[in-house]
This record gives sequence, structure tokens and C-alpha cells, in this order.
Amino acid sequence: MTQNQICSDHCLEYAKKLVECFEQGKSEEAEQVLGDLAAMRDIELFQELGKLTRDLHDSLMSFQIDPKMADLAEKDIPDAKERLNHVITMTEEAADKTLTAVESSLSLFDELKSRASKLQTSWGRFRKRDMDVDEFRAMSSELDEFFRWLEEKGGEINGRLSDIMMAQDFQDLTGQIIRRVITLVQDVEDGLVSLIRMTGQKMHTQEEEPKAEQKKVEGPDIEAVGPAVPGVDTADVVSGQDEVDDLLSSLGF
Amino acid sequence: MKILIVDDFSTMRRIIKNLLRDLGFNNTDEADDGNTALPKLQAGNFDFLVTDWNMPGMQGIDLLKAVRADAKLANLPVLMVTAEAKKEQIVEAAQAGVNGYIVKPFTAATLKEKIDKIFERIEASQS
Repeated sequence: MTQNQICSDHCLEYAKKLVECFEQGKSEEAEQVLGDLAAMRDIELFQELGKLTRDLHDSLMSFQIDPKMADLAEKDIPDAKERLNHVITMTEEAADKTLTAVESSLSLFDELKSRASKLQTSWGRFRKRDMDVDEFRAMSSELDEFFRWLEEKGGEINGRLSDIMMAQDFQDLTGQIIRRVITLVQDVEDGLVSLIRMTGQKMHTQEEEPKAEQKKVEGPDIEAVGPAVPGVDTADVVSGQDEVDDLLSSLGF
Repeated sequence: MKILIVDDFSTMRRIIKNLLRDLGFNNTDEADDGNTALPKLQAGNFDFLVTDWNMPGMQGIDLLKAVRADAKLANLPVLMVTAEAKKEQIVEAAQAGVNGYIVKPFTAATLKEKIDKIFERIEASQS
């Protein structure tokens, strides 16, 4: 029997008694019954109030002691700031590397242009038959020297272009870090929404599971977390390719 | 030699493609996730797989396991190129049968070294 059923049964009893009292003219007793009925209604009201207060208290307590909320404030948000700072550092380093490579290439090209220009002048004179044998020999050896230089510096320019290409790897790494921070922001958003709901007019107990759980990449037990950020990710991570190689050989792979 | 490059960031696929071209591998194809890569591998005569780990649909580790579980693909050489650097992940990949593991950021020299090593080992085991 529900609380409400018990109450309405009692009320019916009292009501019947009240009618009886009035029919029999027992006015004092009728007063008594009326008083009892009123008292019962008060008890019901207090019980409801008590229940609501308890619910609110429980919700707030569980929200406070929800380790997720504490973690967000104490760990995840400071982590997120570190991660974003690291993104700034990475993009700056990539830009530096690129600009250095560009500057180096530009200066190599400048030298290329000036050597080629000198040869062009000599060659022009040769074409106009304005050159004696000695001058021709000099031009020949300058040509040899130019080709040798071109081969050497051409390789260097290739290297600088490669450097520029490799420097773009920041985009993938910073992208992964940023995605992780977006997940965190989503968690904070979900937490705030819960809090707002709870302190709003309608009282709900913990109705929605944080959606953030679903945003994590599902799959194996070992979660993929993206690039390790120094100072933030202190879990058992390797610090470079050499450590990877050592770890694998130590296990016989 | 046909190589499949799998990474959810197109920049990284492009970098790897260019590096492979520098090493003489011109025949490459790309996929942006484990679950777009697997059907390509099953349809297609690939001789080598280069894959990232952290991808939204099917992760690289699961792609690796799927490849090893498929009779037609079980012996496909697989090189992981990834930012995932936790020791337990490296061990998990090795136990799942990965042939090489490169952590990002990496250099062109490292990529060449690991690819050479993979092929050396294959040749050694065949002779």
C-alpha cells in the first residue's frame, strides 16, 4: 500500500467519523476529528517537504563528492591550460624551423643567381666570339666549378625543403592535443548543465549520465591519448624513438 | 610495392607520402581511418601498411589486429607511426604483431631505417 493510499484510507475513516459525529450531534467530538484531520494534512505536508529537502541534500552531496567534478577543477582544467600552452610552443617551433629553412634557401638562391649571372655574361661574350683562348679556359673551369657548386648546394636546398615539409607535422600533433581539450570543455559544459538543473525550480535526481563518457574513443582498455605533453602527462611514456627501440628489443621484438 | 597510408590528419598522410616518394616508393594510397582502410586492404594487393593509432572510427591497434586475424592479410608488414608513447601501448602493438613502431615527431631518417629493417627481417625469415 502506498503512502497516499494509507493517507486516503485514514482520511476516509476520519471523514466517516466526522459525518457520524455531526449526525449524532456530538459537536465536541466533531471538533476533535476535524483537528485530527488537519494534523494529518500537516504531517503529510511536512513529510513531503522533508523528502524534498533530503533529495536536494543528497543530490548536492553526490555532486560535491562526485570525483569527476573535483578532478575537473583540480586536475583537468590546469592540464588543459598546459596542453594549450604546449600547442603554442609547438606551433612557434614549427614556424621557426620553417622560417630558418626559408631564409637559408633564399640566401642559397641569391648566390645561385649571382654565379649564374656572371657565367651568363662570360657566355654572352663567348657567343659573340669576344673571347680569347685563355679567357675561354677560365670560363670552362668556372663552369665546372658552377656545376659542382650547384650539385652541392642543390642538395642543401632539397634538404631545406624537406625541413619545411617535416616541420608541418605540428598540425597533426597539435590537432590531437586540441581535440583532447575540446573533450574536456565538453565535460565541463555537461557538469555545469547538471549543476544548473539541480539548483533550478524542478528538482531532478541525477537523471542524465554525463554524455562525455561516450565521447571518449571506445575500444581497447588502453586509451589512446594523443601526444604526451611534458609536465602534464607523467604516465609511463617513452621520451623518444630510441626509448621505443630499447623497450622493444628488451622484450625480444 | 603498393603502400597504404592511414592517418586521420591529412597533413600527416601527405608528409609520409612525400617521404616514401623520396625513398623511391611512388605507389601509395591513403585512408583516413581504420574502418575505411580495412576494406581497401581486403580489396587490394597492398604490400605494406603504415598506420597511425589514434583515429576516431577504428583505431590503428584494432586495424592491426583485424589485419592479423584475416587469413589473406595476416602476413602484411605493418608499421605504426603514432604520437601514442605509453609503454603499455608499445608493448600491446608489439604483441599484436606490429613490425615497426615510430613515435611522432619523427625524422625522415628514422622512417627509412625502420622500413629497411622490416624488409631485412622479412628477407631473412624467407631465406
